[in-house]
Amino acid sequence: MPRTPPAPRIPATKYPVERFTLGNGLRVVLAPDRSAPVIGVAVVYDVGIRSEPEGRTGFAHLFEHLMFQGSQNLEKLAHFRYVQGSGGTFNGSTHLDYTDYFETMPANALERALFLEADRMRGPRLTEENLRNQVDVVKEEIRVNVLNRPYGGFPWLKLPPVMFDTFANAHDGYGSFVDLESATVAEAAEFFRDYYAAGNAVLAVAGDLDVNTATALVERHFATVPKRSAPVRPGFAEPPMQAERRAAYTDRLAPLPAVAAAWRVPDPIEDFAAYLPHVVLAEVLTDGDASRLVQRLVLRDRTVTSIGGYLGFMGEPFAVRDPTALVLQANLPPGGDVDKVLRTIDEEAERIATDGLTPGELARTQARMATHTLRDTDAVLGRALHLAVIEQQRGDASLVNDLPRLLGEVTEAEVVAAAGMLRPGRRAAVEVIAGGAR
Amino acid sequence: MSTAAEVFTGMPELGPNRKLALPKVVERTLPNGLTGIAIRRSAVPLVELRLRVPLGTTRRSEPFVARTTLLSQTLFSGTSKMSTMDIAAELQAVGGALNAGTDPDRLLISGNALGSGLDRILEILAEVLTDAAYPTTEVDTERDRLVDRIQIAQTQPAHLARVALLRRVYGTHPYAVQTPTPRQVRAVTPRSLRTLHAERLHPTGATLVIVGDVAPARALDAAEAALSGWNGGGKQAQLPATPPLRPGPLTLVDRPDAIQSSLRIALPAVERTHPDHAALQLANLVFGGYFSSRWVENIREDKGYTYGPHSYVEHSIAGSTLVATAEVATEVTAPALLETIYELGRMATRPPQEAELEQARQYALGTLQLGMATQSGLAGLASTYAGFGLRLDYLADHAVRLAAVTRDDIAEVAARYLAPAGSVTVVLGDAARVEPSLAALMPVERSVLPVDES
Repeated sequence: MPRTPPAPRIPATKYPVERFTLGNGLRVVLAPDRSAPVIGVAVVYDVGIRSEPEGRTGFAHLFEHLMFQGSQNLEKLAHFRYVQGSGGTFNGSTHLDYTDYFETMPANALERALFLEADRMRGPRLTEENLRNQVDVVKEEIRVNVLNRPYGGFPWLKLPPVMFDTFANAHDGYGSFVDLESATVAEAAEFFRDYYAAGNAVLAVAGDLDVNTATALVERHFATVPKRSAPVRPGFAEPPMQAERRAAYTDRLAPLPAVAAAWRVPDPIEDFAAYLPHVVLAEVLTDGDASRLVQRLVLRDRTVTSIGGYLGFMGEPFAVRDPTALVLQANLPPGGDVDKVLRTIDEEAERIATDGLTPGELARTQARMATHTLRDTDAVLGRALHLAVIEQQRGDASLVNDLPRLLGEVTEAEVVAAAGMLRPGRRAAVEVIAGGAR
Repeated sequence: MSTAAEVFTGMPELGPNRKLALPKVVERTLPNGLTGIAIRRSAVPLVELRLRVPLGTTRRSEPFVARTTLLSQTLFSGTSKMSTMDIAAELQAVGGALNAGTDPDRLLISGNALGSGLDRILEILAEVLTDAAYPTTEVDTERDRLVDRIQIAQTQPAHLARVALLRRVYGTHPYAVQTPTPRQVRAVTPRSLRTLHAERLHPTGATLVIVGDVAPARALDAAEAALSGWNGGGKQAQLPATPPLRPGPLTLVDRPDAIQSSLRIALPAVERTHPDHAALQLANLVFGGYFSSRWVENIREDKGYTYGPHSYVEHSIAGSTLVATAEVATEVTAPALLETIYELGRMATRPPQEAELEQARQYALGTLQLGMATQSGLAGLASTYAGFGLRLDYLADHAVRLAAVTRDDIAEVAARYLAPAGSVTVVLGDAARVEPSLAALMPVERSVLPVDES
């Protein structure tokens, strides 16, 4: 056995973080970093899949598409052309608890990016023609990502309805074609009015900027966005499950079985200290060939061919609110036994809960997590998005600099206690039956 | 189409364009023949590693593809001193990980770690390169896992469409087959992996790129110290040049009950050092290479046929190809192909608008800067270019060439490379439903993929 080196010191970033709020309620985060002549601009609205009205599954995502279809000032297609014609890239994405819009640009396009985001914050150009076109585009997106491929939507669309009972938490966030097709322009206008107020958004800019100049530009373009009342975010809490839940479905394209299992975890925001050990536990279980479940299930028992673990159904431990879960997902070999895999996971969780961790196991996991966390912030866009979401959900973007250290301070006793929560009675699991097996 | 830029006057001007700033690159040929390239980027306290080892072959060989693919999955499965677990745990202890992947040009080992872990990750890399054991049990496990992954890939339309396109474009060239079948993988033995490793994984012709929060000279010293024992003779193989495209009937591959068709179109292209390259890059952008292109604006934003159509130039050592890809609803397969042919034909017969060229040029220049703004981006660029005998300073010259491209240049290269008459088209979809209407556009030939049962 080679030498066991001492645990490395967990390093940190020291991005300066400037925060202020405009008169219309828009919260702003600026994080200067002159190491490359580029900027990342992110606007995050505090509305996501969980806020969709019943009968309108997929609406938050459809609406995200409509935010790219022009505004009072700009024709359809103009947004894309301005961003890319300035040397930048753009996108948006819809999550359970938020929707983001973003650009990465050469630093000389900062003001243009701010203009474009402020412009659509005043209101998208909602037309019947654009709505119908984007319903078609979204249906093709769902076909590519869910319907025309094996394991589509597994497990992020398949597990929540097993674990949760309320529409908000359980429904399909991509949406049914029936719901998408019946969406109206009037509903889009209402959705904008209800959720897209400046006071319901955070703007973050990271990268090659001067704070004074950027502050003046932000004020120039966003201060005149009219103030509207921001909605009060409802709680989506659900009581804990009373017993194990299991479901199974046949995927006509999948050649091999798969399974995903989830356990509720403490509130990521209100009970952050109790939540963090679960984030570490997911990595102890599944990060790389030295992790518990890869060792046991993949390399020793060979009962799964791959296994992964993460927090939140979209794998974003620090961009999700309560209720959420620790999720494990595994692919099985031909004829694989899902019950056996679940039993082995129970056994391994129990083993950690009873015997604790091995020497060095926690420190090496935390070192690797530090690398992952730091690496995600190297790109200005990843940094801007991270800052914006953390500011929105946790009220202080500067937490970004502390995350590697906080993850490094999680103790063995805390991880062991978290492992003790992965009991079968608290588990929701969904099995993919291989309908495409030959 | 008129752009809003012509009617709306309130758009803030761009600040002055900054000259492309290239990072300082330090290069050293190590005594064993390995080329070391180091770049400092200190924004986060990490290091990125890319080791690229040439892996070309002189002729098409499926068993070779099976061996190289399985080798990349078992390279870290143990040495005479360390187990899989030891290797993974020791890497993790310095915040690190290493992975390997192959394509017909090279083996690429990628990794990263905390900056303080550079020496250790290099030591482990060296140990694996000089002493990988390919233990029977571990190879058995990884072989089964690889077979399962290939079976899953064989149900994914994007994968199947690529397999069909490669076969059609490359024929008997080594690039024609890039994924082995399960049966070919099952035939690979630990001994054959050890032989392949001994023959092909040596430092001559290989490039190690280190980017991160470390002084370049120190990074290269560490590489030299760790990797000096990596040596050995072995072979190099020269890839044959890729064959010219052979336009002809559309190749239709049946995927019964598919609810979308996968449309793939290959067109000729040139290598990065060719005089036409900059103009072709911009012509491709105007056609379908980014969101604000004619093709995307037509078949997505106007017609709603598809979600993510995209075209790109794929550069490989032996030749370059332009590929256009779209997943379209089954019922609009032929209309989508018709619009595609129309947009290619329009490119090939009429020069673009000045505004279209400028927009594409700004995008190409801007994304050069974005690509170099992270440790992993820099490492990937430096490694890829090194594989083609280029260095990052190539980008400065390329930026100058992009700046000089005219509408006439675009028209000329588009006529040469984007003409639909020179294209090869492959469609994967529900043949019974799409064949009649496709056949109205061009001759269609059915083809079957070699998918072996387990």
